Amino acid sequence: MILVVAAATGTGCKRKSPFPASGAVAGWEKTSETRVYAAKDLYQYIDGDAEQYISAGVVSTSTSDYKFQGQLEATVDVHTMGGAAGARKIMETGTKDAKPVQLGDAGFAYAQSIIFRKGSSLVRIVAYESTPDTPQALLALARGVEAKL
Amino acid sequence: MKSRRDFMKTAATGAVLLGAQSKLGMAELLDQHKSRVVVARDSALHGPGGQLDEKRVLALLDRAIAAYTGRDKPVEAWKRIVPVGKVIGLKVNGLGGKGISTHLALTLAICERLQQAGVKPGEIVVWERDARSLQACSLTINTDSSRVRCYGNDVGGYEDQPVTFGSVRVKLAKILTRECDMVINVPILKDHEMAGITFSMKNMYGVIARPDQLHAGGCNPAVADLNCIPAIRDKVRFTIGDAMTSVYDGGPGFHPERLWQPNALIVGEDRVAIDQIAWQMIERKRAEAGMPTLEAASRSPRYIATAADATHNLGTNDPQHIHLMEV
Repeated sequence: MILVVAAATGTGCKRKSPFPASGAVAGWEKTSETRVYAAKDLYQYIDGDAEQYISAGVVSTSTSDYKFQGQLEATVDVHTMGGAAGARKIMETGTKDAKPVQLGDAGFAYAQSIIFRKGSSLVRIVAYESTPDTPQALLALARGVEAKL
Repeated sequence: MKSRRDFMKTAATGAVLLGAQSKLGMAELLDQHKSRVVVARDSALHGPGGQLDEKRVLALLDRAIAAYTGRDKPVEAWKRIVPVGKVIGLKVNGLGGKGISTHLALTLAICERLQQAGVKPGEIVVWERDARSLQACSLTINTDSSRVRCYGNDVGGYEDQPVTFGSVRVKLAKILTRECDMVINVPILKDHEMAGITFSMKNMYGVIARPDQLHAGGCNPAVADLNCIPAIRDKVRFTIGDAMTSVYDGGPGFHPERLWQPNALIVGEDRVAIDQIAWQMIERKRAEAGMPTLEAASRSPRYIATAADATHNLGTNDPQHIHLMEV
């Protein structure tokens, strides 16, 4: 079952949302509700990608869309793993061309995406366009998410 | 693998008729019995900002269809592909999200040409698994039959009774079983973490409930088995594959760091041959990027050979039996 969590606070959810509200990070607007997928339903969101997260012990994945200065679109995925080892396992793959960034316990940045882990959380932020502002804008959003984890 | 007799039978009964036969020499006549696959390219398809040029997409589609049918006029060419008075489904792919889904420009171009060929707007159904996937393709949900329809299996529902072939037992989407007379498969080319690649045959995972249950063993033989289910085998008769943008590693999700623009459409009736050609495109790109082959990465798309075997007989993966036309 997919849960759609209201973006606003005070919805009765006990767990603090890791998604910054519109305006919480300069220039960024949260443009969708937060969707939450349990591990067994993750295929509905990422199809064949789901297996690697399931084998690393994902518990649930939350996702929301954002827009920077009304133009640059991005998606934030927060994977809640069973433990830090699961987040580390996913991070081990596919980061050889990336630039290390100071985020959480470890983080890497590409021109259009950022991935970092903090405890049992694994966060991936992807932009759909490459502009000169994209890397800095993504980093700012990532720091906004990090602060809420 | 298909026999020569099977190819001739396919050529005689397929949805697409061969064009300009009288002008062909002996080599071309022999080639008629091969599976035709057209790869049409336009290196200027993406503008400086990375946006697709819609007019060039339409022109590229016309070039691909003209090469495939042997008819230069788009409307005449399309009349050789689709029947009039029937419902035509376009099975797009939006599962990878906004950055790596069937491009809207291509879907619109196909819809435009279908209507010019005599298909009424309400006889066209653009569909995917759910609203989210369709929105990733920049499509708007519409169930009004006076216009081109567009909705997902989440609206259309699935059959109650499962169907079986080989290893698969699945519930099919009613859009496929009850709405469409013919389906044009419009997948997008991607690397796939488990299957190796996803393109023509793998796109059929979007026409069933619970596709997650068919990922074991690198999706082999599930992809081949699934495509042998009669409703899929018989109705999904033509592929217009979107290889304008692709991911050559880290798929099937959107990984901008592994994004690449082949700027191509891959067109044909033989789904196995199309996947074989598409696989080689991805391998070439991986080699260029200094990456291991899919075989070396332990995820060679073995389902392609399975689909060509005598049990499945869905097409050919033998380059000797594929007439590749690059235009």
